[in-house]
Amino acid sequence: MVQNIIDVKNLSKSFDISSKEPGLKGTIKHFFRRQTKSLKVIKDISFEIKEGEIVGFLGANGAGKTTILKMLCGLIYPSKGSILVSGYLPFRRKENFLKNITLIMGQKQQLIWDLPPIESFYLNASIYDLDKFEAKKRIKKLSEMLEIDEELFIPVRKLSLGQRMKSELLAALIHEPNILFLDEPTLGLDINAQRNLRKFLQKYNKETNATICLTSHYMKDITSLCKRVICVQEGEISYDGKLDLLLKKLSPVKEILIVCRSEEDAIKLENYGFTVKNKIKNEITIKIENNSITSSLKTILNNFDIEDLFINEPPIDEVIGKVLIKKDYDI
Amino acid sequence: MISNLINRKIFTLLKVQYSNMLEYRVEIALWAISGIIPFFMLNIWTNNNLNESINISDTMLSRYFLCAFFVRQFSVVWVVFSFEEDSLMGKVSPYLIQPLNPFLRYFAQHLAEQITRFPFALIIAFFFFIFNPESIWIPNLGILLLSIVSTFLSFLIQFLIQSIVACLCFWTEKASSIERLLFIPTLFLSGLLAPVVSFPAYVKSWIYLTPFPYLIDFPANLLSGNETNISGGLIMQVLWIFIFFPLFKKIWSEGTKKYTAMGS
Repeated sequence: MVQNIIDVKNLSKSFDISSKEPGLKGTIKHFFRRQTKSLKVIKDISFEIKEGEIVGFLGANGAGKTTILKMLCGLIYPSKGSILVSGYLPFRRKENFLKNITLIMGQKQQLIWDLPPIESFYLNASIYDLDKFEAKKRIKKLSEMLEIDEELFIPVRKLSLGQRMKSELLAALIHEPNILFLDEPTLGLDINAQRNLRKFLQKYNKETNATICLTSHYMKDITSLCKRVICVQEGEISYDGKLDLLLKKLSPVKEILIVCRSEEDAIKLENYGFTVKNKIKNEITIKIENNSITSSLKTILNNFDIEDLFINEPPIDEVIGKVLIKKDYDI
Repeated sequence: MISNLINRKIFTLLKVQYSNMLEYRVEIALWAISGIIPFFMLNIWTNNNLNESINISDTMLSRYFLCAFFVRQFSVVWVVFSFEEDSLMGKVSPYLIQPLNPFLRYFAQHLAEQITRFPFALIIAFFFFIFNPESIWIPNLGILLLSIVSTFLSFLIQFLIQSIVACLCFWTEKASSIERLLFIPTLFLSGLLAPVVSFPAYVKSWIYLTPFPYLIDFPANLLSGNETNISGGLIMQVLWIFIFFPLFKKIWSEGTKKYTAMGS
């Protein structure tokens, strides 16, 4: 049986936020008397993650996804509840715990700006107690997986964003962590760089059985990497389960464009009892529920002379967007 | 075994930071030049014959200010500014989840900068001796070694003081403004502007109870060969380190609980 590597129970986090009214009056008032209020950004959430799982955290800006990741890796202290990651309390930041995890945050970099990335890699290797031989071996392996070579010897400031991101990943993975926390890892990357990064993460997960917790606003990152997603809305978990189930729930109907050989067939089909979205000459678009697609298609193919047929999946961004925008979306 | 690992980490940190500092050699030369306050003070003291009032000869006073310049060069600390900037920009976050206290990075950065600064400080001293040939002296090896130790202890005290202030970033965000408050007593009581011996007796007795005279005055007097209580000075330096280090550890551990990882 696969064991839980992350165990979160009734976790909450509040931040003290100070607010200021606009204008000179507000500024003076703010100078003499600061008004702070406690903002609860994570509200009593619980979930478990198994070893080797890739889990995507979905939510609108400010929903609390990054705060959850920061608490999981021990960067910030929870206000209430308990977290166990790999058997450790993250906020205690024990050496053995830190050697097991890594956190990659979009464009926040740990590489030394004026030196080539290779210097930062060797520095990180010594921080994680790797000897030079082992460090060299891992740098070679990871640079091959990430397809970087000459870039290792060029000062970081002269690298492109994609090259820098790959180098950041290498620096963050040199100690071969078995839990990866990735906060918007593809932010600002071009399409090819995004695809390469996703390929790399899939390969890393397959080869090392590492657990990956990921937040991203690029749905492609989520769909190609995560089987399971956790939706966060205003600090609460609104859905925790399989991504395809979520999509089925949110979009229970598929649209099918059917091109009939003649307009007569299209008229016959229009009156057959399907829900018709529109009809233009011999082309007709109908809506069919996901659970009756096979039987409906069989009926259509047996009874009508069909020239061509297209099943349109609703755009995933649009479907997930529904969850992110609407506060009380029923999932 | 553990000390070997720490040494290897520190050594690699130093090596990498030294390479980094060499990228800024022009800036470091300028910083070295900007530390010539003691020479201005020497000029004011000798032109006004102020040294007569404290029974120090012109030569000894020149040596004192040259040594004050050297001690300052190798004990200057800016960790509060680096930490504040990194903290506000969210750059501290990746360091916090590595098995190495982020302050060791800054510590290595300072040491690497001192190594880079060394040749420039020597060049400045060379020109000082050209214009003040009567000040040339060769301290004996024992005194030289003790002065190096004392300068390093002075650096440690200043590094700890600033690290404690830097940790206040977890509460105030702008901890450097608190450091500015400390800058005034450091400037006047450390011996950078005037040897502490020149202060009235009752003021002196209070000053010696603070860490300030052990930052520049004590190591500079030691190196220049002026009369000073060597063992007493070294004990006070170690004592201040023993006071500040646990304080730093406590404030660091409390502060990280307050960390909000803003900017990241």
